[in-house]
Amino acid sequence: MSDKKYWQSFGERNNSEAFQKSTEDEFNESLPLEGLDGKGLLDAKTPRRDFLKYLGFSTAAATLAASCEMPVRHVVPYLNKPENTIPGVADYYATTYTVGGDVVPVVAKVRDGRPIKLEGNTLSSASRGATSARVQASVLDLYDTARLRFPVQIADGKAQEVSTFEAFDKMVGDALAAAGGPVVLLTGTITSPTTKQVITEFLAKYPGSRHVQYDADTYSGILLAAEASIGKRVVPSYRFDNAKVVVSLGADFLGTWLAPEQFSSDFAKGRRIDEKNPGMSKLFQFESLLSVTGANADERFTHRPSETGAVALALLAAVGGSVTAPAVPDNVKAGIAKAAKELTENKGKALVVSGSNDKNVQIIVNAINEAIGANGTTVDWGLPLMTRQGIDGDMTQLVADLNDGKVGALLIYGVNPAYDFYAADKFKAGLQKVKVSLSFNDRMDETTELVKFALPAPHFLESWGDTEAKPGYYAFIQPTIAPLFKTRQFEESLMKWSGNNNTYEAFFKQYWTGKLGGTEAYEKALQDGVVEPATAPAIAGASFNAGSLSAAAAALASAKKGGALEVVLYQKISLGVGAQGNNPWLLELPDPLSRATWDNYAIVSPEFAKKTWKLDLSDRRQSDGYEVYPEKQVIKVKVNGKEISLPAVIVPGTHNEVIGIAVGYGRQSAKAENTAANIGRAAAGVGKNAFPLLSFNGTTVDWFGTDASFEDTKEKYKVAMTQTHFGYEGRDEVVRELTLDEFKKNPDAVREDREVELKPYGGIEHFEEEGTLYPIYDKPGIKWGMSIDMNTCFGCGACVVACHAENNVPMVGKSEVLRFHDMHWLRIDRYYSTPGGKLDNPDDVQVVFQPMLCQHCDNAPCENVCPVNATNHSSEGINQMAYNRCIGTRYCANNCPYKVRRFNWADYTGADSFPNNQDQSTVGKLDPVIFQMTDDLTRMVLNPDVVVRSRGVMEKCSFCVQRCQEGKLKAKREDRVLQDMVDVQTACQQACPTNAIVFGNVNDSKSLISKTRVENSKRVYGVIEQLHTLPNVNYLAKVRHAEEAYGAEKEGEKAGTAEKQS
Amino acid sequence: MTNHRPIVRALIFSILLPSLVLLGNTSYAQDGKALFQSNCASCHSPFKVITGPALQGVSSRVPDKNLLHDWIHNNQKVLASGNKYFNDLFVQFNKTPMSTFPNLSDKEIDAILSYVETAKPPTTAATGGPEAGSSEAKAQEGDNTLLYGILTLILAVIMFVLLQVNSSLKKLSDDKEGIPASEPVPFWRNKAYIAGAILVLFVLGGYWVVQGAIGLGRQQGYQPEQPIFYSHKVHAGINQVSCLYCHSNALDSKHATVPPLNVCMNCHAAINDYSHGPKLYREDGSEVDGTAEIQKLYSYTGYDPKTSRYNTATAKPVEWIKIHSLPDHVFFSHAQHTKAGKVQCQTCHGPIQEMDEVKQFAPLSMGWCINCHRTTKVNFPDSSGNGGNKFYSIYEKFHKDLKSGKMDSVTVENIGGTECQKCHY
Repeated sequence: MSDKKYWQSFGERNNSEAFQKSTEDEFNESLPLEGLDGKGLLDAKTPRRDFLKYLGFSTAAATLAASCEMPVRHVVPYLNKPENTIPGVADYYATTYTVGGDVVPVVAKVRDGRPIKLEGNTLSSASRGATSARVQASVLDLYDTARLRFPVQIADGKAQEVSTFEAFDKMVGDALAAAGGPVVLLTGTITSPTTKQVITEFLAKYPGSRHVQYDADTYSGILLAAEASIGKRVVPSYRFDNAKVVVSLGADFLGTWLAPEQFSSDFAKGRRIDEKNPGMSKLFQFESLLSVTGANADERFTHRPSETGAVALALLAAVGGSVTAPAVPDNVKAGIAKAAKELTENKGKALVVSGSNDKNVQIIVNAINEAIGANGTTVDWGLPLMTRQGIDGDMTQLVADLNDGKVGALLIYGVNPAYDFYAADKFKAGLQKVKVSLSFNDRMDETTELVKFALPAPHFLESWGDTEAKPGYYAFIQPTIAPLFKTRQFEESLMKWSGNNNTYEAFFKQYWTGKLGGTEAYEKALQDGVVEPATAPAIAGASFNAGSLSAAAAALASAKKGGALEVVLYQKISLGVGAQGNNPWLLELPDPLSRATWDNYAIVSPEFAKKTWKLDLSDRRQSDGYEVYPEKQVIKVKVNGKEISLPAVIVPGTHNEVIGIAVGYGRQSAKAENTAANIGRAAAGVGKNAFPLLSFNGTTVDWFGTDASFEDTKEKYKVAMTQTHFGYEGRDEVVRELTLDEFKKNPDAVREDREVELKPYGGIEHFEEEGTLYPIYDKPGIKWGMSIDMNTCFGCGACVVACHAENNVPMVGKSEVLRFHDMHWLRIDRYYSTPGGKLDNPDDVQVVFQPMLCQHCDNAPCENVCPVNATNHSSEGINQMAYNRCIGTRYCANNCPYKVRRFNWADYTGADSFPNNQDQSTVGKLDPVIFQMTDDLTRMVLNPDVVVRSRGVMEKCSFCVQRCQEGKLKAKREDRVLQDMVDVQTACQQACPTNAIVFGNVNDSKSLISKTRVENSKRVYGVIEQLHTLPNVNYLAKVRHAEEAYGAEKEGEKAGTAEKQS
Repeated sequence: MTNHRPIVRALIFSILLPSLVLLGNTSYAQDGKALFQSNCASCHSPFKVITGPALQGVSSRVPDKNLLHDWIHNNQKVLASGNKYFNDLFVQFNKTPMSTFPNLSDKEIDAILSYVETAKPPTTAATGGPEAGSSEAKAQEGDNTLLYGILTLILAVIMFVLLQVNSSLKKLSDDKEGIPASEPVPFWRNKAYIAGAILVLFVLGGYWVVQGAIGLGRQQGYQPEQPIFYSHKVHAGINQVSCLYCHSNALDSKHATVPPLNVCMNCHAAINDYSHGPKLYREDGSEVDGTAEIQKLYSYTGYDPKTSRYNTATAKPVEWIKIHSLPDHVFFSHAQHTKAGKVQCQTCHGPIQEMDEVKQFAPLSMGWCINCHRTTKVNFPDSSGNGGNKFYSIYEKFHKDLKSGKMDSVTVENIGGTECQKCHY
């Protein structure tokens, strides 16, 4: 058991003044007793008499407003009720999330005709029910107020509605006929067999036309390298579930790379600890910035992006490849030696992946995988992943053709190159030269506002469709709601314009009925959502052609050396490339590592800050200076001839000579003031667009710049970071972690530690009875409990967004997050530790993620202090909250040691009885996102089984009590006992791609939760359990597969202790 | 944990219990009339052609009793066998398929048939005896209150007079004995009286305000006029249409649901006049023309009784006025109460089968809910472990206590039915 110091903020690390103060105060701000200034109450701005006047007036006003008259309510039944629809009972439809090429089979919960929640489809063998934050959030996009609501014709920047589809078809048909040049169809990656057929028929109608696939998050490097190495332009299936050793060269496969939800699910298999026979996979990460994958790595080594090729080459040389190892920094060299040793020892059970988009790097990676026997074991070439097929060169060629006037008509579907193409200006210029331009995008985004016609395609939840992520693995899309707006599917439009008057739905049905062999099979396919081969094809290798290897090695060896500073562009787990850029749930989701919301920023290392601003983060006062105030220094970064000004956010684990910038932000219409209306109120003014910093190396797009410089603008910008919002008042028995070796040596380490802590109160065995004066209450029937395995929690945030969707958690906007008013019921705490003790060594930074939610303590401190008994305990162990009883004293939040209670400081939901509670002139400024979320359209996403909380009310995790109640009722109605893991699952549990969260009835010894607690009894612990809170949520200690046992050093703590004494 | 406050049994329930009508039909197993109402009445009348033919005389029309039984059990089979009579009938009724009743026993069918044959056409029934009785009783209750009030007032006046007499006498005796009397203070300026009066007014006023505030938003007795005069008394009372025939989702959903108009038209496509039932009156005493109300239904559905066709262009849903409303922060599920709890509709909705215009019977206040949860017994297995809902098998402690006699029954409260998040989340 290590005694490392874990810290969430620099202040906590240094035990600074601000941190000590924050441990004393629950709320960031003091009571708003304005203008009192130590004077008597009568001299205050609001003296007592005025107060009484106001009180009297408001009581009278409230009485009048409430009135004794009850409104007349109407109940309007169906005229002719559709069969099988029961108002108030949800229906579930299998469909598929398809945004930006991603394919995730999901099940949509449709309540009274409105889809309100997506769950993973467990019938899919690929995803096994896994979801990501983006999948969970996509249901909100359906109700986006900024969606284009009808087809338009755009001239001189003005959009004119076209009244009917017939009129639109006629206009487009005429225009296409008169285009006088080839027609180009520009889309994202299309995996749908029917769409492909529609496209083929359309292209046949217009001779000389072509189809270009363009992915903003491009994987051209892998595709082209595969062509060179095995002769096929494909992305293989990476089988993380078969790998005992994984070496990732900058691939964030647990966060944003290719199919992260699948990879997380696969990778988690090797991370689960069997206590009887402890063992786990090992992950090495070589990268420049701290990614989610890097945060979960057992060993992590940082390098400059310009050294990526060298690292790959060195690794190839170390595993026995016939290349000469180039010079690499010492830390990386040591890492490569370690990684190579593990790789060669685990031949056939090892996997190397690379996040580089450089063809040469990927060729080297293919060679490494060949050398370590991964080809055909962990790299499946027989079953390629087809979700990314865009080739950067094709798009570059298209833009050149556009500018040369070689294109007659450009039809754009589902991509936004005017925003996310590396040479967006060139694309925009080319677009002006095209005679006919048309967009099928769902809103007037950066590209659509430049075209001549726009025919919005419906959201995937309103569409028919199919996908084929891997050959033979189909997933289907079926509408879960009739189109909200006058939209038409892209496929149907193409069919119309190629002279086929069939509907796409009919064609789709006909195609699949034929292919699957009958209506029954077709209907079953729609019901299941997926069709897969009965037996999975065996993993197949491919014969490796080493011919291109030497050229690739030579190209990499002669790669340009980096300058003093390099820049890496990365995707955030929340927004990715920004396709869901107006989604408040994603915008307010704290980044797993920086814990920042609502912005992108320049990530720099602590060492960078030291050099630039002489800011020593291990100094108590200086760290407070950086951390307490949200204003961050703005730096102007220049790279590849472009520049961008962003606030600098310090993230330990960043390479000292690297700046990281996230793409996906900075959405903006041509006229900035139109952004809110055209792209979305939430997205307007959020962050800066970093896509222009991408560059083209002649073959592929580079996501880094090797020779960058920066300039301190001396300006400051507020960044809304949540990392210091909810602390533990200086208690530090929160995270428990040990290495695999330690665990093997002494599996009881965690238990022994707990025993020591609980000794004064009876030890683990008798703690419950002896640690308290209160009586112990019976839980006669069900006792709900949750277990969270910190070994398989990768911090992806799917649970957080799932919780928003399920529980109507309000979004508060950046200005409110800045005031510590964020409302997340579930947060994922990120703890750093620096075993070596120094902040300036990025390789030394380790991370632990810990989802923190209401612990539903059986002896809950919040319950005792509520003056109105609004929060109390149920006989099923749920710490319940009666919102309508709450009077908002906030004593409970004050007394909660876990800091999981959230207060509605303002009317975020529009649920209050008084409409002027959202009046900007009386209640202070609320962000536009609040008004987007309270729009009647957006409110359709609310879960009708969960009440929407009003201003002045405390709220928190309820263990999804509505699901518990529904599950119990289902069992009672069917006259049977509750079925574990079937009747009741919490939203976070269901969303988790790795099944790190287990929930169920603890009183049932056969339930998964009981088994989990018994089988992992050596790792089970409760957070700060010595307070005798008796939490119903337990955690399983994290085991790190690192070699040496870190942790004798406790630098930060020592400093803190010294300060306390002085 | 929830406090165990003393249980107060509401008087309402003891009045209500005898008036319960069962949802199911098992207890009427041998009652031909009930069987007919629950199985056949939605399409057949003994005397009239509705969706199906009038049934009286069927035994003579189909003398083969076995054939008739077969027909009722599974008419599709009989049709398939090519029986001419039934096939002709089928064609005559526009090939509307009849439901099959494989679960009816021969005995039960006989009971139905004998009811059909002996039933007499309804004449205008004018009951209302018990109703009148109850209103009388109510009036009496009101009288008592008034009586007590007057009595109290008289006593107060007497007390006041006596006090005055007392003080006058005291003054006289003081005068006599030469004790200098203080300036007499008239009672309206006597501070003790004024203080007493203020106190009384304050207490009464406070009570009135608090009661009024608690009652805000409650609508007990609410009886709005609906767009169509729909009489539950005619449907559920006189014609014994099962509640679930129309409110069909009550067992499955949180909403019992007001029926869609296609359910109304199942019967009213054929029943186009109101001629046999008792005269209908609105609350204000005006008479209702039942046939005209049925015509209203036709205009809503766009149905033309002459051509038997629907005009979907003119059809529009009825905007009924909602009577039973719970606040948004209350989660109430009909399925929980009717299916899992086996509570009768009338427990909360009152003698609905006697109401022409529906009236909110219960206060629907939280205290009212809680009281019922405290007293209502859960469908727990008995002390020997028989019967009951299997869901409750996990409550081992209660089973033990039942067996040992420590508990005699398990109430909703025992299993957490009075905890906040049973209804508020």
